[in-house]
Amino acid sequence: MTERDPKLRESALFNRTVISEIQRAAETGIYEIRGFGAKRAVPHFDDLLFLGASVSRYPLEGYRERCDTNVVLGSRFASKPLELDIPITIAGMSFGALSANAKEALGRGASEVGTSTTTGDGGMTPEERGHSKHLVYQYLPSRYGMNPNDLRKADAIEVVLGQGAKPGGGGMLMGQKISDRVAEMRTLPKGIDQRSACRHPDWTGPDDLTIKIQELREITNWEKPIYVKVGATRTYYDVALAVKAGADCIVVDGMQGGTAATQDVFIEHVGIPTLPAVRLAVEALKELDMHRKVQLIVAGGIRSGADVAKAMAMGADAVSIGTAALVALGDNSPEHEEGYQALGTSAGFYHDYQAGNDPAGISTQDPELAARLDPVLGGRRLANYLRVLTLEAQTLARACGKSHVHNLEPEDMVALTVEASAMSGVPLAGTSWVPGRGSY
Amino acid sequence: METIDLRKDSVRTLNSTLHGLPADTNKTAWTVTNPDGTHNIAVGLDAEIDVTVKGHSGYYSAGMNQKATVRFEGNVGVGVAENMMSGEVWVTGDASQSAGATAHGGLLVIEGNAAARCGISMKGVDIVVKGSVGHMAAFMGQAGNLVVCGDAGEAFGDSLYEAGLFVRGSVQDLGADCIEKEMRDEHKEILANLLERAGCTHDVSEFRRYGSARKLYNFKVDNASASA
Ligand SMILES: Cc1cc2nc3c(=O)[nH]c(=O)nc-3n(C[C@H](O)[C@H](O)[C@H](O)COP(=O)(O)O)c2cc1C
Repeated sequence: MTERDPKLRESALFNRTVISEIQRAAETGIYEIRGFGAKRAVPHFDDLLFLGASVSRYPLEGYRERCDTNVVLGSRFASKPLELDIPITIAGMSFGALSANAKEALGRGASEVGTSTTTGDGGMTPEERGHSKHLVYQYLPSRYGMNPNDLRKADAIEVVLGQGAKPGGGGMLMGQKISDRVAEMRTLPKGIDQRSACRHPDWTGPDDLTIKIQELREITNWEKPIYVKVGATRTYYDVALAVKAGADCIVVDGMQGGTAATQDVFIEHVGIPTLPAVRLAVEALKELDMHRKVQLIVAGGIRSGADVAKAMAMGADAVSIGTAALVALGDNSPEHEEGYQALGTSAGFYHDYQAGNDPAGISTQDPELAARLDPVLGGRRLANYLRVLTLEAQTLARACGKSHVHNLEPEDMVALTVEASAMSGVPLAGTSWVPGRGSY
Repeated sequence: METIDLRKDSVRTLNSTLHGLPADTNKTAWTVTNPDGTHNIAVGLDAEIDVTVKGHSGYYSAGMNQKATVRFEGNVGVGVAENMMSGEVWVTGDASQSAGATAHGGLLVIEGNAAARCGISMKGVDIVVKGSVGHMAAFMGQAGNLVVCGDAGEAFGDSLYEAGLFVRGSVQDLGADCIEKEMRDEHKEILANLLERAGCTHDVSEFRRYGSARKLYNFKVDNASASA
């Protein structure tokens, strides 16, 4: 690469990415659709730090002293709540968006470390059910493949109202990915650019949701935990209303959350970041005296054990990962660099999950590409990654003197920036100041 | 004939009793009295039984039904027979909105009128409405047939996929990508069969057929330089 002539000054406003997008739009007349999550920088868990133990607090010994990580999800109404060994779950990603091998790998990896995986906007496959010890079945506006038999086979039900990447938007699956099997499972013609509904077809508003949740409980004899998943927007009110509607668990997905296919304008411009969303959700739960009674699962940009520990410290009961799990399977791996180059991209930048030609064989329905992912090896990688997240979260919890990751608390942290402090409610480092405290 | 009185027993008792019936049960005829608008009556049934509900029922009546025949003698609330897989659901009165929503199979007959979004996202069910339907009927309908003996409201068949629509009366207006189509013999056969099963005496020639223009099936992408 040649050094750029210093006289060439790039516009901050019209930078090369912006210019290229204007050119692309002018050429095609269609908005950009892509996968992955937001690429812009937003205040995140990186902007928080833990205060390790000191004179006033004592830490726990690294490997010797217990630091538990188990979590029970759905203890409010379900007669069979989910009991997980670690508080890190695999988020809903559809068969259709992902290959059958990728779904199997997610199930294997999650099961190996005692956590749950989740179906997606395309129904439940037998492979996925078979390889997942704990499987959460999504109940989405499209209701693709929805049926009472699978509902009863599930270990929990997740009513999806929205996703962080596109709160207010429906799903998309491009024609290239609608194979015979995907088309059949969704009762759709093969090869269409499928846009799924953004609203549930048979209820609107929180009062209807109460009845809908009751219906699902009646059909499954009040056994299964029922989650409500929302994209982070008006999180305080959404969480309060979901609790009132009778949810056992709430899943809050921040705007950074990944997606298989959404308009770029949606991914980058709708929703609030995960950081304020966690705070608002916990505030709503506490306000209703439901914190820890209705469990909170946080998603959107969870990458490391530090992110896990910080979400816990803010009051989450568990977290959920999408993008990071795919990366653990082999997404964006340099191993496939040649394939990425052929598509005009590079390992570390690939985001075209919608296109169906994923060199890593994960977001595809092409049998040849899908065969590149060995589900056993993928599962092992995911299990390893989940173990690392858990060990990291435990390390941080022990340093703060906690014998369970759930004992972490906001008081264990400080914020690095004024923005992160305002959003998380954690004081700016070295001060006792939280901007905006008292109102939001 | 077994009877459950919803003034004495809860809907939980009703549903768990019906779910608990063994496959070869000889208790195949059930009557539910005093529904009084209760929600979730006879949801998730999965046995070849007949259930008659005497009075008005609430939301999701006979939701996700499989195999059973459920007859509501009165009006029903939102989402009757939603996501039905098989079996039959009959409503002698009117149905609120989203009747038969997302249903994959079976037959839903509404003797009165159905409100908005009847057959929304239908995935294979057959629905016969003897009266009229409100706006956005068969919205995003994927498969199955909707027969309307009366009139259809605004945006009929909006964003339709492959569901087949038949209307005897007037259609206020068609939704995006829904068009009138030729009624060929194969369609007449489907329609005649559904009318007969629903106990309707109308002649098929009185109906018009509507379906998807299939123009929204793929995104329109230009290639400006190539066409210049
Ligand atoms: C490939 C892919 C497919 C997804 N499919 C669904 C889906 O079907 N239903 C859903 O609720 N969320 C879906 N999501 C969102 C995830 O469930 C989750 O909310 C998100 O990935 C969390 O953010 P993260 O990717 O930063 O971990 C999908 C995400 C990805 C990356």
